[in-house]
Amino acid sequence: MNAFANHFAFEFKTGLRNSTSLLMNYLFPLGFYILMGVVFTQINPTFQEAMIPAMVIFAAMASCLLGLPGPLVESREAGIYRSYKINGVPALSILATPALSTMIHTLIVSVIIALTAVPLFGGVAPTSWPMFILLTLLVVFTMGSIGALIGVISTSSRSTVLWSQLVFLPSMLLGGLMMPLDFLPQSMRPFASLLPAAHAMQAYGGLAFGTETIFAPLASVAILGASALLSFGLAIYLFNWDSQNSTRRGHPALALLALLPYLVGLFL
Amino acid sequence: MNDAVISVENFRKTYGTVVAVEDVTFEVFQGEIFGLLGPNGAGKTTTLESLEGIRKPDGGLLRILEVDPVREPHRLGQLIGVQLQTSGLPADMTVDEAMRFFCAYHGVKPPSGLLDRLGLGEKRNSQYHQLSTGQQRRLALALAVAHNPPVLILDEPTAGLDVASRTELHALIQELKEQGVTILMATHDMAEAEKMTDRVAILLKGKVLTIGTPRELTATGSGYTKISVRTEGDLLLSTPVDFPHAEKRMVKEEYAIFFSTDPGPTVIAILNYINNQADRLVDLRVERPSLEERFLELTNMGGSQ
Repeated sequence: MNAFANHFAFEFKTGLRNSTSLLMNYLFPLGFYILMGVVFTQINPTFQEAMIPAMVIFAAMASCLLGLPGPLVESREAGIYRSYKINGVPALSILATPALSTMIHTLIVSVIIALTAVPLFGGVAPTSWPMFILLTLLVVFTMGSIGALIGVISTSSRSTVLWSQLVFLPSMLLGGLMMPLDFLPQSMRPFASLLPAAHAMQAYGGLAFGTETIFAPLASVAILGASALLSFGLAIYLFNWDSQNSTRRGHPALALLALLPYLVGLFL
Repeated sequence: MNDAVISVENFRKTYGTVVAVEDVTFEVFQGEIFGLLGPNGAGKTTTLESLEGIRKPDGGLLRILEVDPVREPHRLGQLIGVQLQTSGLPADMTVDEAMRFFCAYHGVKPPSGLLDRLGLGEKRNSQYHQLSTGQQRRLALALAVAHNPPVLILDEPTAGLDVASRTELHALIQELKEQGVTILMATHDMAEAEKMTDRVAILLKGKVLTIGTPRELTATGSGYTKISVRTEGDLLLSTPVDFPHAEKRMVKEEYAIFFSTDPGPTVIAILNYINNQADRLVDLRVERPSLEERFLELTNMGGSQ
């Protein structure tokens, strides 16, 4: 436990000490939040209703999808995991500590957004704060798990960017962050339902903000929870200690199983 | 009862169709410094990494204090300290954090004084990327020995170090040996191997060419002792003279060089010859064959096979 706590403390400090991590954990999400608050609320006043969940989801995606996978790949490429393995650091700690510390950073940013959006930008506060907090924990856990899985299956820093953007960009465009999902044409909605951000927006809307939703919000919660557990389980299973010597237990394509909850949701 | 601390028997490792190590066998005994020598691609690092549990052997048996590195990685971690060729620490980790981090996973407290002993006391709060190469290597060694393992595996421990750092590391390695630590080290540096190791195995193309003490290896080579002679006159340079036991002769930079199988009578004969010719001796050097020469001799032989 002492070792895990020590490891976690180091990872948490790295999130502040490393300039790239600091950018992805704090500067980028908070900068974008301020920009959206100042500019986008003037262009589209209805954005104020979705501002808090949208910006919390954006912060989670920025740190977990864009910020988390890169260091995981770089550490493997630099041989850091080899020395960890020799010194008895378990794979679970290697994945759990950066994921957990990234989640804590995201939660700090989420608190800042939730507390300032109403007074600064006229954002609409949740009708149920406890539900908002629970959903935020779930969203951050889901994004953190997906980020860890991307970091594990990526063969290089370059491929990490591709995989991360494959989730991040469609989430921004189709996930309901910038405009409500019901603005999307019917033909696009099935694509949106494959995105964790879309389910997160629906869950927030239905359960924490009391708004109308397209998907059943409890089903979205179930999908996010299943996705989080499946992604993290797959990340542990597919973890590779060494870039020069494959030690993973299955083919990286198994990571596609993480889409299963979304596909099931699509057909249900 | 086998008293070997490290046992490698008929070890084989392949990467796809490439055979990296084939039928390698050696043993390392308690308190011994054992060197693995060989050119790049000889299989030294593959052998070390398989003993460390990083790579899975394709055949043979590997044991460290009766522990199978593949099946019992957790027990192995308590028994060995490893200094990898690339030290593998996060760039942002400070020296102090690294010490606490690894000691916590080994379940021990960071040893007091170790960082000072290795000249890293003032660098406790420096991040890994801020350290010089020598400091990074010293930190890697500190982390390898921090949990007092009975076995130490060092991969090119002094590569890239300046003379002062190398001497300091050699002293520490000797100190560990005196404390009873068994040390297996791979090195390119023949002088280091000759100075530091009790026994060495020379590897080439994944196979062991020979095993022995550095003295044994140099003695079992061609057996020639090099005798370099320089005189005021040039008779030795210009006239091929036969001396007892001198089987080869060459001239290089005003020196007549003889390769003798029994240097005593050869030297006496050379001195007598110089005296008889009324010449005057300027310089005389008698050099035992070095491990490096023996290594080159062996690896060239292997290369031509």
